[in-house]
Amino acid sequence: MNRKNDQVNDVILQTAAVIIFFIIIVFSINLFFAGHYSPGGGFIGGLMTAAALVLLLLAFDSKTLADVLPFDYRKMTALGLAIALLTSLHSIFWDRPFLTHAYGKFDLPLLGEQTLHTAIAFDLGVYLVVIGVTMTIIQTIGESE
Amino acid sequence: MINLPIFPIVIPALAAIILLFAPKQIRLQRGVALGALLVTFAVTVLLIFTVSQDGILTVNLGNWPAPFGITLVSDMLSALLVATSTLIVFFIVWFATHYFSDAYESNYVYVAMLFLLVGVNGAFTTGDIFNLFVFFEVFLISSYVLIVLGGKGVQLRESIKYLLVNVIASALFVMAVALLYGTVGTLSLADLAQKIPLVENQSVLVVIGVLFMIVFGLKGALVPLHYWLPGSYVVAPTPILAMFGALLTKVGVYSILRTYTLLFDVGSFTQNFLIILAVLTIVIGMIGAIAYNDVKLIIIYNIMIAVGVILYGIALNTQTSLEGALYYLIHDMLIKAALFMLVGMMIGITKSGQLRDMGGLITRFPLFGWTFFIAALSLAGIPPLSGFFGKLLIVQGGVAEGSLFGPLLILLSSLFVLFSVIKIFLYGFWGEEKRAYDGPLVPHMKKLIVPTFLLVAVAVAYGFGAEAMHPFITQAIEPLVQPEIYIDAVIKE
Repeated sequence: MNRKNDQVNDVILQTAAVIIFFIIIVFSINLFFAGHYSPGGGFIGGLMTAAALVLLLLAFDSKTLADVLPFDYRKMTALGLAIALLTSLHSIFWDRPFLTHAYGKFDLPLLGEQTLHTAIAFDLGVYLVVIGVTMTIIQTIGESE
Repeated sequence: MINLPIFPIVIPALAAIILLFAPKQIRLQRGVALGALLVTFAVTVLLIFTVSQDGILTVNLGNWPAPFGITLVSDMLSALLVATSTLIVFFIVWFATHYFSDAYESNYVYVAMLFLLVGVNGAFTTGDIFNLFVFFEVFLISSYVLIVLGGKGVQLRESIKYLLVNVIASALFVMAVALLYGTVGTLSLADLAQKIPLVENQSVLVVIGVLFMIVFGLKGALVPLHYWLPGSYVVAPTPILAMFGALLTKVGVYSILRTYTLLFDVGSFTQNFLIILAVLTIVIGMIGAIAYNDVKLIIIYNIMIAVGVILYGIALNTQTSLEGALYYLIHDMLIKAALFMLVGMMIGITKSGQLRDMGGLITRFPLFGWTFFIAALSLAGIPPLSGFFGKLLIVQGGVAEGSLFGPLLILLSSLFVLFSVIKIFLYGFWGEEKRAYDGPLVPHMKKLIVPTFLLVAVAVAYGFGAEAMHPFITQAIEPLVQPEIYIDAVIKE
């Protein structure tokens, strides 16, 4: 599989991938925020984002992806774990059991009255871990070819 | 501090996450790992004293009330085992900082070691059987990383076996949990203990109990589920092997101890089943321990003897035998870790695992030789070293139950253990040096002997302090003999 990128006739795939990529990303963010009371959440949102990244990887190549999104996915995993653990730990300072979450209603500009929940920060950690781990696995397998 | 039981799990996890950010900075890796383990050990000591004064501590995770949410339960049993594991991992990481090459250390090895401790401590602390499965997965995934690191051919071959066995065991575990949930309708250990006697069809519970014994037996290497153990352990580097040998099989044994005494003591079938497994494990372990001339394999088969002895104590399920089992369990964790470090040093000096290539080590490394000698006697259970009291109590418990075969077999196994380790001492340390040893560890011996010596010293102190330990051991056994104590502590009305 030593085909050069410009010699391959995959215009349709590449053009479509760029558009579909954004649709998937937007949908994954929607899923991520839906997570608290309806199906969705950090895990499934992260998987879907990773799927969008894999689509780019298939349509272009790993170098293009690294140029467009210069993330170190191992560090992203670590960051996600750190966020998840720290949000679980915050309840210890209020003398509540580990993993207890806090929430409250806030008046936000533009959005009006909204409920903010620390579980969303925990979910953000999960989201980052899932993307980080999935992409690390796929890159590790892909690069050894 | 209502969150005390969570800290032995969270502190190593936090340290591991910090280390994930800087895999190449080896000094930082060593420092953070050792520092975190020391802090964790201090917390576990505090935990032991809090539990000894206030009784069983529980944390309802996420503030969900007990039978519905996941509860962490630190009774004396779990506090003692958590402290022992943390101390062992501390010494092993200390040993590893001098043992591993820099290139090896920059491959997340300390991260995996810390996460393994997270899993082990979690498994010892959790009060929910599905959560037990989750923590099993945490330490198993870390152990997959550790066993494959290095990437030698034999390592890859054995890690495939190890992985397959454990994946199958995990699948069985989930199935057993599902069956249990389907039958009883709860997964909290305390709630299960309350509701299991009310189930009409007790024979279903015997089946589920045996299924759990098979799952934990696979982890704890009970005959006939032991076949994966010698091969996959022997390929791992010494610090990893010490960790696996000291902790992983013991988590399986602990799980049997907890679930059998709390849930599945439902008739003579499970008891006989466990006794037969224990006897078979001791016999096969004895045969293996004297059959090989490879130092690592000799100690690995000694794991099986120990597991069998502990399991026999558990199966009898009386006050005396359980005290003996716990006493022996802690002793065996300490001394097995030390012995694996010692034989790893022998291999590192002589560049061979075979006894016929060794000899005369004691003239060049006297402290190393005598440390091994003490550890060997302690393993065999020579009084007043630490192995003696556990075996004595188990034997007493067996005789009190009117059984003679089991206690005699345990005494016989001590002779085999003594023979196998003294064989290492005679051929490895005495006699003439076979050649000028130039193994990779020779220049590091002065540094490597320190953690090993200290670990053996802890084991010896544990033996001499048996009297001082006794109130703690008794308190640890109480909720096993009288499950009501455990149930009341978790489900407060």
